[in-house]
Amino acid sequence: MAGFRHRPTANGSSVSSAAEKTEAADKCIIVLIHLNNVREHLITGLSNPLIVQIHISPNDGVPIYLQIVNQVKYLVGSGRLSPSEEIPPIRALAQQLLVNPNTVARAYLELERAGIVTKRHGAGTYVSEAGSPLARRERLKILTQRGDALLAEARHMNIEFSEVIKLLRERDEILTQAKK
Amino acid sequence: MKSNASSAPDAVIEIADVTRRFGSKLALDHVTLTIPRGVVFGLIGANGAGKTTLIKHILGLLKAQSGSVRVFGLDPVADPVGALIRIGYLSEQRDLPVWMRVDELLRYTQAFYPKWDAAYAEQLRGHFGLDPAAKIKNLSRGECAKAGLLIALAHRPELLLLDEPSSGLDPVVRRDILEAIIRTVVDEGRTVLFSSHLLDEIERVSDCLAMMVDGRIVLNGPLDAIKESHHRLTLCFDTVQSQPPALAGALSVSGAGREWTAICNGALIELTGAAVKLGARVVDEGTPSFDDIFVARVRAKSLGQ
Repeated sequence: MAGFRHRPTANGSSVSSAAEKTEAADKCIIVLIHLNNVREHLITGLSNPLIVQIHISPNDGVPIYLQIVNQVKYLVGSGRLSPSEEIPPIRALAQQLLVNPNTVARAYLELERAGIVTKRHGAGTYVSEAGSPLARRERLKILTQRGDALLAEARHMNIEFSEVIKLLRERDEILTQAKK
Repeated sequence: MKSNASSAPDAVIEIADVTRRFGSKLALDHVTLTIPRGVVFGLIGANGAGKTTLIKHILGLLKAQSGSVRVFGLDPVADPVGALIRIGYLSEQRDLPVWMRVDELLRYTQAFYPKWDAAYAEQLRGHFGLDPAAKIKNLSRGECAKAGLLIALAHRPELLLLDEPSSGLDPVVRRDILEAIIRTVVDEGRTVLFSSHLLDEIERVSDCLAMMVDGRIVLNGPLDAIKESHHRLTLCFDTVQSQPPALAGALSVSGAGREWTAICNGALIELTGAAVKLGARVVDEGTPSFDDIFVARVRAKSLGQ
């Protein structure tokens, strides 16, 4: 049972240092969402506001619960959600994203089954301690999907595999130079 | 138990075999629909498909010519007060008394509803930015919708019934409406039925949907189940096909030459098998959007499938 994995969390310093690392560009968006969350929290009566950057695009064929699952995996994989960090309650996220609460519940269940998050009885849902070893695998999985889409498109356009590799190498050089 | 859904205690709306004619036009054609408590139920269909007629039967504004309608187990025609005080209704027409001011509208509406929550009404009025002294006739289209939504919500109805709530509104007001729908089910597990053409809205907030075409319900069930039972297959033939291939299970087929895309209903293995029998290869497979499913269903119906 997930309940046996309860563990006290270190809070305070690690949380605030993570917040400091947030880039300035993200901050504006976060402040907006934060304000929205504060409003929600005034309504739902929760004490600590939680911020999760998830964007839903309906009508693209991917079920909404899967969009939430994929994006939480991505947030964990990219380190924007840290192990033992709390994710929003189902109702709060449903109101934030304007999606059906059952959809969020289904996403959380999938995430729990995949070991990405852990439910603590009566105390919310947290990113698992085991979340980080999964991270690289999850990151590769996301990248594999993108790669498959690229290869499929290249095939449709009659572009040889070697040309795709060449293109990727060129792009990588351009992006590396742009960073410098 | 499931076959006995018409007497399920948890059903908020039970419509059994309702048929309605307006002159020679068949507006509702043997419609059967059960809406359980605590769900958001989306009703979709083209203009004139019968959505508003169905909603008017639920409100008791129209009497079933045949079949039966029960709301909270009550006949809304025989006991309109018993049913209506538990329903919050926003019509597409937003037929508000134009001569009133916003504050007068609230006081006037409050008189009908024993469970009116004045503090909540005031909170919503502030949230929607409605001036209490403004005349209804001077409100913008969006403000009218908000005023209508306010009076539909402020008595905290067990059933929120929204008929094309978003039609013709800007994204900000549409967001307010979606928020109201989510808050309604989140807060107290109440029930929402809303009709819309906007399938992305339906997909966002609904648990279940029913699709109406020409007065009939052609599709009804949980959103996930509907999506999982529909597939989009792209078929490739060795030779040019002069006619759309007759793929078993296809609702619509479009394309030309050697490649054709079909929106299908059924198990993927059977569909792929049927494609192979036609001499085609399946070159792409995916989940269609609700837009695709909707358009395919409407076309299939008009072709008499």
